[in-house]
Amino acid sequence: MSAGTALAGFADPVLDSQAAFRAVLEAMSRPGRIQRLPVPPELPPGIGPAAAAVLLALADADTPIRLAAGAEAQAWIRFHTGARAAPAAEAAFVLDSDAGLLDLDPGTEEEPERGATLILEVESLSEGSGWRLSGPGIQATHRLAVAGVRDGFLADWAASRARFPRGVDVILCAGDRIAALPRGIAIEEG
Amino acid sequence: MTHDPGYNFAYLDESTKRMIRRAILKAVAIPGHQVPFGSREMPLPYGWGTGGIQVTASVLGPRDVLKVIDQGSDDTTNAVSIRAFFRRTAGVATTERTAEATIIQTRHRIPERRLTEGQILVYQVPIPEPLARLEPRIAETRRLHAMADYGLMHVKLYEDIAKHGHIATSYSYPVMVNERYLMSPSPIPAFDNPKMHMMPALQLFGAGREKRIYAVPPYTAVRSLDFEDHPFRPIRAPHRCELCGSGDTYLDEVLVDDKGGRIFVCSDTDHCQERQAMREAAE
Ligand SMILES: [Zn+2]
Repeated sequence: MSAGTALAGFADPVLDSQAAFRAVLEAMSRPGRIQRLPVPPELPPGIGPAAAAVLLALADADTPIRLAAGAEAQAWIRFHTGARAAPAAEAAFVLDSDAGLLDLDPGTEEEPERGATLILEVESLSEGSGWRLSGPGIQATHRLAVAGVRDGFLADWAASRARFPRGVDVILCAGDRIAALPRGIAIEEG
Repeated sequence: MTHDPGYNFAYLDESTKRMIRRAILKAVAIPGHQVPFGSREMPLPYGWGTGGIQVTASVLGPRDVLKVIDQGSDDTTNAVSIRAFFRRTAGVATTERTAEATIIQTRHRIPERRLTEGQILVYQVPIPEPLARLEPRIAETRRLHAMADYGLMHVKLYEDIAKHGHIATSYSYPVMVNERYLMSPSPIPAFDNPKMHMMPALQLFGAGREKRIYAVPPYTAVRSLDFEDHPFRPIRAPHRCELCGSGDTYLDEVLVDDKGGRIFVCSDTDHCQERQAMREAAE
């Protein structure tokens, strides 16, 4: 048993998974609004609490994962979810800060639901300033400040969004908090 | 309350819930698009809304308060059974009050009271494909959605107008979601369609037999199809509710004797009782 698999997952796998899913659902339904997730009591190095919680709640043997979080985190996620590793372009969930939005599977026109979910760990998330988001889930506009996304993210986002209904949905994670960017949301720089 | 330990929480096993949860998230990200899912056998027959039940079971947590309505009423056999099912398998609190519910599972109505941001409305859907009666080939409907080619539906509605002088569809009246996907609102009366537009609550749709989930996120444009010279009109019976006096709610016609006597009453029983109580308080 490696160090990664010695650590537990969620304290209560059934109810914590439900609560984590509800937080992701709320985040995806109301883009840019920050939600807090129940997190595992212990974590291997290389993965943050929210990103870990999202994967524990949603990944399994049916969802290939691209994980660039180090060997221990990889072993831990695989042990608790059963998800197998895949290249970024073929993964349903991607946790890899080097992966570009346009490199991931956007699904097809007939099956856009096959588009990947990108889990991006960032330095911080706060509401009320920063990007201006608009689109379904947002009454008029919503402000979200994100520190620590890579240069060119907004240009990639615009190019990805232009493919709608194909596209990639993003879950931004900072500590135990998340905010989501479903593929159709318009983002203007603040 | 706790759930019956003889069941998995909310009946479904964890891998089924996870699969349905992933489908729900993609449905929310692509408003109005039907996402296939691996529907499970449920201990209730299909006509009872197994799609809605599976969505509710996957979303529900122990702190939720569940309301279930069938044609606007909380006390039909169907609504009572579904509430009892989730009290037993998930230990959740249930209510008949729209305002108190965090999740409302419905068949054939949207509550009259404006729903709020803290609520999720789960629809039971018998036929998720709005083009089903116009194009029976599933592969072809999928292609039409991919191309947003909805000419067939416009032709059908226009034929209605030519034949009847107006659009004769009064249930399952097709809508455009965020101006991209044509969607069936399930068999709600067309009267309810405007409530879907920019609703603060999340709307989830589950079709068990057809194995489809779709969604309308909060604050999303939902437009009933119409024509400039024949605008959409939400229709209701031109009467007042016999019980609460309402002139702006959806009414059911009820026979009161065997001589053909009939009255009109609100289909939304909770809303009607609330109005009756307000009326009594004012007197
Ligand atoms: Zn009434």
